[in-house]
Amino acid sequence: MNDAVLPPERSLVAEIVRLTKVYHLGNSVSVHALREVSLTFHQGDFVAIMGASGSGKSTLLNLLGCLDRPTSGQYTLAGRDVAGLDDDELSLIRSRYLGFIFQSYNLIPQFSVVENIEMPLGYQKREMPGGHERCLRLARLVGLEERLHHRPSELSGGQQQRVAVARALVNNPQVILADEPTGNLDSATSNEIMDLLEALNRAGRTIVMVTHEPDIAARAHRIVQLRDGRVETISESGVDNTPASVPNYP
Amino acid sequence: MKLPQKLRLGIGSLMLHKLRSALAVLGILIGVTAVIWLVAMGEGVSYQAQQQIKDLGATSIIVRGIKPPQERTRNTDNFCLSYGLLRDDYDRILANVPSVRQAVPMREISREVYNRDHVVDAKLIGCTPEYLAMNHLRVERGRALTDYDLKRMDNVAVLAHGAAQTLFPIEDPIGRAVLIGRDFYVVVGIAAERTAAAAIGGSLEARQYDSDVYIPLTTFRRRIGDMVFTRRTGSMQAENVQLNQITAVVGDMNEVDETADVIRSLLAQYHKTLDYSVVVPKELLQQAETLRAMFNVLLLLIAGISLLVGGIGIMNIMLATVTERTREIGIRRALGATRRDIIQQFLWETVVLSGTGGLLGILFGFLCKPTVAGVQYAIAKLFPGVAASLPANIKNLEPRIAPWSIVVALVISVAVGMVFGLYPARRAANMDPIEALRHE
Repeated sequence: MNDAVLPPERSLVAEIVRLTKVYHLGNSVSVHALREVSLTFHQGDFVAIMGASGSGKSTLLNLLGCLDRPTSGQYTLAGRDVAGLDDDELSLIRSRYLGFIFQSYNLIPQFSVVENIEMPLGYQKREMPGGHERCLRLARLVGLEERLHHRPSELSGGQQQRVAVARALVNNPQVILADEPTGNLDSATSNEIMDLLEALNRAGRTIVMVTHEPDIAARAHRIVQLRDGRVETISESGVDNTPASVPNYP
Repeated sequence: MKLPQKLRLGIGSLMLHKLRSALAVLGILIGVTAVIWLVAMGEGVSYQAQQQIKDLGATSIIVRGIKPPQERTRNTDNFCLSYGLLRDDYDRILANVPSVRQAVPMREISREVYNRDHVVDAKLIGCTPEYLAMNHLRVERGRALTDYDLKRMDNVAVLAHGAAQTLFPIEDPIGRAVLIGRDFYVVVGIAAERTAAAAIGGSLEARQYDSDVYIPLTTFRRRIGDMVFTRRTGSMQAENVQLNQITAVVGDMNEVDETADVIRSLLAQYHKTLDYSVVVPKELLQQAETLRAMFNVLLLLIAGISLLVGGIGIMNIMLATVTERTREIGIRRALGATRRDIIQQFLWETVVLSGTGGLLGILFGFLCKPTVAGVQYAIAKLFPGVAASLPANIKNLEPRIAPWSIVVALVISVAVGMVFGLYPARRAANMDPIEALRHE
């Protein structure tokens, strides 16, 4: 719907059309978590999804993240219709095209920083030469080159989230999905993480972020307000972060 | 993911709960050790039995006289009971069965043997010189019986090691006389100690050689005769036995069965009742083999149960681990792990657990021999009374570790890991990733 206003060189990364998710609880009770939501995400987008709890933003993020399948509607990711894929195929899509950042970092406690960053590479089902060097480069990018062999428990919250960001980038994803990435952080650290995400976005990364903090959401280009499973408003934040025509991915 | 990496990650996760993992390993360790130990003991026992049977000779056929049941004898008017093998049987076997290379007759009876006030309840055996050689009785001192002794029907005797020690605790028995019945015999030789042989002729007890006194068969006939009187309360009974045993030896193992059949039919013609039995040690050997196989199955069953218990222990621990690591599973699924990946991850962990248990179990399995030897030594030193009452089979038991039991133990332990790891792993894999991520 916003195709017209976007510069033509920004290619379509993901598109959802009339996406609906209904949860069936018990016999006759069903919850419409998402009702016919249609959105498009272009390469280099930075989208914030906002809404009260129960508005369907988590459901939307789960669907975008291929963790769940829609009841109806279409979802095209990287040129593939992924709405009807089975569990194994969805796993492959996640491993190749998506990067996740969670509110509670979700690092694996028994792994070191570099092992955590490396982990998604194990599920690629394809050869990724130079994977380890890439991990080291990403650790340097998020400023953790000094702490490669520390455990998550030895890091501060902000540092842990940086590891999570590096991990989300290691498979060179089409879209980074962030679920309240600053929800567990104080405002100074939140700003650091947002700076990091903005920098990634400027370099051409597509980021979809769920948040309920307006000041965090304000740093995105586009804010999608959900209410009762429907898109209430879509507002452009005026900041034009149109990336260079050739993406300069970190 | 490369295999060494998977292995390393598995070990890393297990090291998070060292005690828990160690206990799971212990369960399998005990199971595997049990497999190896029990099989080694079983092999040791059956090896002993087989050696004893082999001593009887794989190419020999043993014909023994059997005393008929008491009921029948009471009804006969004749108070003298004749049974067993005849000297004619011996001649017939030699004359009519061409495959028999050698036949060794033997007559035995229980008698008290005296040297002054030393006495031995001996088994007096009338035999030919071949008898000693056939039973692997080496003459330690002096000389063996000779054909000349037989010809002259001399009163000479060869004492078994144990009998010689009891009768002549201090002096040198060679050249001395022992009293049997009313006759004196000159001791010409001492047989070396030898282990018991397998039982033949229906008796379950192993044949002990320790209190034997060997005299020439001809001397036996001349001095003691075929007729033996036994006094019972109020009655007297006589037994007329010519020979107790004839051992026929054939040239080749393949001839044993046929020759035994020929001997059976030959004897059947001349014996009205079945007062003899034909024992083929080769058959005993085959029976022992069957017995050993059954024994091994039984032991494996017992060991299998302990491995099962170990496996359940592993399953229990893996289920706890899966529940505990629900969130990790969610993270891995979100980052692209398929269900297969998750199953593999947890299976690797259980296989590492059970494999470690298996390897350690094999290590402990090798301690079987020294441990058994140590226990036997300790019992002999600390409780001589207990040691004396133990059967020789146990006292001299030497466990033999069977190579196949090691392979089986290792394969089973890994298989146990796979089988018992599969359910927890599948449970982990089938979790909803969204639910798993939300799990606290």
